[in-house]
Amino acid sequence: MALAEDRLMEEAGFRMSEATAGDFFALLKPRVMSLVVFTAFVGLVAAPVAINPLLAMIAILSIAIGAGASGALNMWYDADIDAVMTRTASRPVPAGRVTPGEALSFGLVLSVLSVMTLGVLINWLSAALLAFTIFFYAVIYTMWLKRWTPQNIVIGGAAGAIPPVIGWAAVTGSVSLESLILFLIIFLWTPPHFWALALFKSDDYARAGIPMMPNVAGQASTRRQIFAYALILAPVGVLPWALGYTTAGYGVVSAVLGAGFVWYAWKVLGMADDDRAMKPAKALFGYSLLYLFAIFAVYLVDCVIGRAFMMGGA
Amino acid sequence: MIVADKKLELVTLTESQRKARRNRSIAIGVALAALVIIFYIATIVRFGHHGSSLTGSGLM
Repeated sequence: MALAEDRLMEEAGFRMSEATAGDFFALLKPRVMSLVVFTAFVGLVAAPVAINPLLAMIAILSIAIGAGASGALNMWYDADIDAVMTRTASRPVPAGRVTPGEALSFGLVLSVLSVMTLGVLINWLSAALLAFTIFFYAVIYTMWLKRWTPQNIVIGGAAGAIPPVIGWAAVTGSVSLESLILFLIIFLWTPPHFWALALFKSDDYARAGIPMMPNVAGQASTRRQIFAYALILAPVGVLPWALGYTTAGYGVVSAVLGAGFVWYAWKVLGMADDDRAMKPAKALFGYSLLYLFAIFAVYLVDCVIGRAFMMGGA
Repeated sequence: MIVADKKLELVTLTESQRKARRNRSIAIGVALAALVIIFYIATIVRFGHHGSSLTGSGLM
């Protein structure tokens, strides 16, 4: 009886949801969110103005929820391609635990809530930047670039690079060169990071019809471009010290981390065309995560220590 | 009234649907309570009695 009732309801367009709170939380892409929270926090702490700790917490929470909302909108729109990729097939929408309509509503409500909260309680510049980030990721990247050009993650990477600028703007009410350099580090880090993944997941992307660089330009060209980006990223990572924003300690650590990035990219460049295991690409993917976390962590520590010394000296 | 004569048709939820609904209800309740607390405290901090001494960024 219950089964027949369920079938009738589904045929009539109704479906009783079995989605749990955990499924909705998964829509927020928590792992991506953690990176956004961390980089936004660094931008917020690096700003040369103090902020009330509670307001700082609200700013970070709003940025995290905004980033999560764009993830939910991405999962709503990309459910068709997520379903055919091994990496994403178990996501709540393609797995059938959350309906596309639920994901869309959830994403839209959280987008409005996060932007309005940031605007009313913090400032409207940071709110506008957050709104732009959500729009850029959900519309420009997800709906347009991702399925259209192999430069998708190059241009779309801007959305993932903005959080430190929002963090900075939340405190100062402005955007500075220092925060834009943090943006640039993440922006230049994104292509080699995702292309390393795309190299060993190229079958997945091909099945889904996504024009990632290895599927369009070929593996050899992708390997060369990864190396080129690594060569640009390494010196840009040292820029905060070169421009006098940090101590030499950061300069040394970022230079070593950058050299490591170039070394891993060099290994990828030397990969054979018929290498199916693709260990160098997997190693670069893993190292790139470590690189971004480490360089921002060192930047954060440098800022905190530098400020403590200034206060001690004053 | 015709509607009053008609017996109201209700959907019988399965055990898993009932559990999931309860789980979602708790999550929504907790989220709303957290929002109320956050907005209440933040309003006091942001627009409280020292409002006139806020800096240009409005955060100190």
